[in-house]
Amino acid sequence: MAASIGMDSRHLLPPSTREHPPGWWAMVCLIITEGALFAYFLFSYFYLASMAPQWPPNRLPELRLAGPNTIILIVSSFVMWWSERGIKAGQQMRLRIGLLVTAIMGIVFLVIQSREYAGLKFTASSHAYGSLFITITAFHFAHVVVGVLMMLTTQLRAWLGHFTERHHLAVTNTALYWHFVDIVWLFVFASLYLSPRIWGHT
Amino acid sequence: MATTAPYSAPTAETAAHLDEIWHTPHTLYGRLATVDHKIIGIRYLVTSFVFLILGGLEAAIMRAQLAQPNLHLLSAEAYNQIFTMHGTTMIIWYAAPILSGFSNYLWPLLFGSRDMALPRINALSYWLFLFSGIFLYSSAFVGQMPDRGWFAYAPMTELRYSPALNMDFYALGILFITISTTVGSINFVVTMLKMRAPGMSINRMPIMAWSTATISLMALFALPSLSAACVFLFFDRRLAMHFFDSTQGGSPLLWQHLFWIFGHPWVYIVVLPAMGMASMIIPTFCRRPLAGYGYVVMSTIMTGLIGFGVWVHHMFATGLPPMAMSFFSAASLTIVIPSAVTVFAWIATLWDSKPVMRTPMLFLLGFVLLFVIGGVSGVMTAALPFDWQLTDTYFVVAHIHYVLVGINLFPVVAAVYYWFPKMTGRMMSERLGRWNFWVMFIGFNLGFFPMHISGLLGMPRRIYTYSGGLGWDAANMISSIGAYVFAIGVLLFLINVIKSRRDGAIAGDNPWDASTLEWSVPSPPPEYNFLVIPTVRSRDPLWEDRLALPERSSVREGPTLTEGRETLATTPLDAELARVLHMPEDTLIPLVLALVMLVLFYGLLLRAWWLAGVALFGAYVVINIWLWPKRHAPLSEEG
Repeated sequence: MAASIGMDSRHLLPPSTREHPPGWWAMVCLIITEGALFAYFLFSYFYLASMAPQWPPNRLPELRLAGPNTIILIVSSFVMWWSERGIKAGQQMRLRIGLLVTAIMGIVFLVIQSREYAGLKFTASSHAYGSLFITITAFHFAHVVVGVLMMLTTQLRAWLGHFTERHHLAVTNTALYWHFVDIVWLFVFASLYLSPRIWGHT
Repeated sequence: MATTAPYSAPTAETAAHLDEIWHTPHTLYGRLATVDHKIIGIRYLVTSFVFLILGGLEAAIMRAQLAQPNLHLLSAEAYNQIFTMHGTTMIIWYAAPILSGFSNYLWPLLFGSRDMALPRINALSYWLFLFSGIFLYSSAFVGQMPDRGWFAYAPMTELRYSPALNMDFYALGILFITISTTVGSINFVVTMLKMRAPGMSINRMPIMAWSTATISLMALFALPSLSAACVFLFFDRRLAMHFFDSTQGGSPLLWQHLFWIFGHPWVYIVVLPAMGMASMIIPTFCRRPLAGYGYVVMSTIMTGLIGFGVWVHHMFATGLPPMAMSFFSAASLTIVIPSAVTVFAWIATLWDSKPVMRTPMLFLLGFVLLFVIGGVSGVMTAALPFDWQLTDTYFVVAHIHYVLVGINLFPVVAAVYYWFPKMTGRMMSERLGRWNFWVMFIGFNLGFFPMHISGLLGMPRRIYTYSGGLGWDAANMISSIGAYVFAIGVLLFLINVIKSRRDGAIAGDNPWDASTLEWSVPSPPPEYNFLVIPTVRSRDPLWEDRLALPERSSVREGPTLTEGRETLATTPLDAELARVLHMPEDTLIPLVLALVMLVLFYGLLLRAWWLAGVALFGAYVVINIWLWPKRHAPLSEEG
């Protein structure tokens, strides 16, 4: 036994562990603080809405594009989940295809969202409502961009065969982040598109 | 199974081998690339102190202006810039980063670990802090320092009332340091959960770990509010938006809400770790464990929670509904309870003990006194009618300084006296320390106590000069004299640090005969911290014999982990062994990323959107390089 150098403690480890590594916890913390950021954005939205004589100031935001877009994001989360389950079972192809499909769905979301912006009848400097609407959706847009970029890197690594059943933290973190981006959208969608239909006032 | 295996004591060869693995060369590259938490921690401390001195010089200029009525050393505009920079610097660039410095330096040593959980994030956090400060102070070179008060109330900050770059420096500078604090907080939370030595279950964590973990979690919830406010402000100013513009459906009160949702938790963020340090130092000098450990932990967490429910007490004079104000008034009175519990725990520790009156203890007793005065004036202003009378007067200035200087700076100085021997291997001068304490303590009270009086006599805060004959002259003269005496006290402290670093008495491993793990290693600690990863069986591992505790921690025998930069990860609650962590090598990437961020913020400031775009793309490339795995077979834990 190599006692003089000190024992290699790996021999002492339990054979397998389900403990989350630091990188996983770091992603959870990032999601907490980013989630708080969106919470403050939505707080601001409802705060100004509560004081406005008329809300929204012009027409209700249309669901024609945002509705289908919401469904795309929800489905993409399930694809991501399916993909991550794949690598947990050691299925490389399932991982690669799942990541690819999720990324494409994310890009489709971005394209549709851009068309939504192009069709808006107001700008960020029309009124406080416009500032809120554009800022909140644009921040979410940026988060989707980050999610897609993460998936591209993870995709590349998946093709290089970096991931195994036990070592795939980058996949797990990408998935966590993507689910977060999708759930935030549900809150944004409910607040900006649905709530004025219920509580809007003229 | 894992931790009971018999280990033989490590040898000199082990130490030499670990030295080699963990060594950072003393070259320019080594200095810029290091991820050693001890070096980063000391950099944090020194840099924060530089900001303290800058903020102090600004205060000295203000006190010169206010010493007598009708003085005009400064124009009204210059005074606005100086008082804004004083507040912003002290609260955001000094008070929190100095505590991060202590935690960065001490946490792995308290936990029996070889580094923080995310060493490169740690380096990034420091560089962002430094560069954000440089960004903020670069406003001085164009004569456009922020000038609307540290809480920057809209609509004064809107473009039409403030067309120059002053408040752009403010909004962007704060967004910049927010990133630093956020990644730093994430690092603390993860380190607390994963990096404690085997056996250090959460009920055995040193109090300081509890308090820093609490405030790090608070920061993750509170900082986004400030970020949102600063994003809105910048968008209002430079993208013609209307968040705070009441003519277009916005509201200046939105700024106040967002600012104070951040601002009040921030007060606890800059005091709780200081109280945590006090809870570690007082027992050492009382020669007994802290009384009521569980109560102190609970009250720390309660303070963190209630701290989010009191922000409106900064807005009692803004015409909110009475019901809301009554609620926040009650919450503001409630938060006194956990703080009081902690103070009583200290008193119980002191009670009937024979405290050893060394310099750290003097500063802590001074701190308790100032804390009580600042706390009492705080309770007074939590009462609505009293607040309406005194809001925006010097009474509030007195209160905030008793709280922040009393509960932040005094414990910080105590902590420097206490841990300086660990950091440098030398003791600070005790004789100079006593002079240091008494000059600071007398100067502080002379400087700030009269402000209660000038406030009660109606002197408004933030005025750049005042007429004679209003009854404020004597109080202001005494305040100015006191401020300069206080400054001399701080100067004595700096002299003591510089002098003792060169020729202080040699400290040895445990000069105070304290009970926690950092004192089990040499002073200064080797780069790898612990020759063996300890196994912990109590809250006071080094006092187990004299306290006749049933179990014994192991600090001399244990795993040595000599196959590269490695340390142990444990489970979040029970600190059972989970895995061996491979720690990163020295790298320039955090520095490069921070530089890219500096470019980004100057791009935004100058509205050179292309430059900001280039910087964002650069950040994307750098982050990918950062996250790309270094080892391919076998994959690292981070894979």
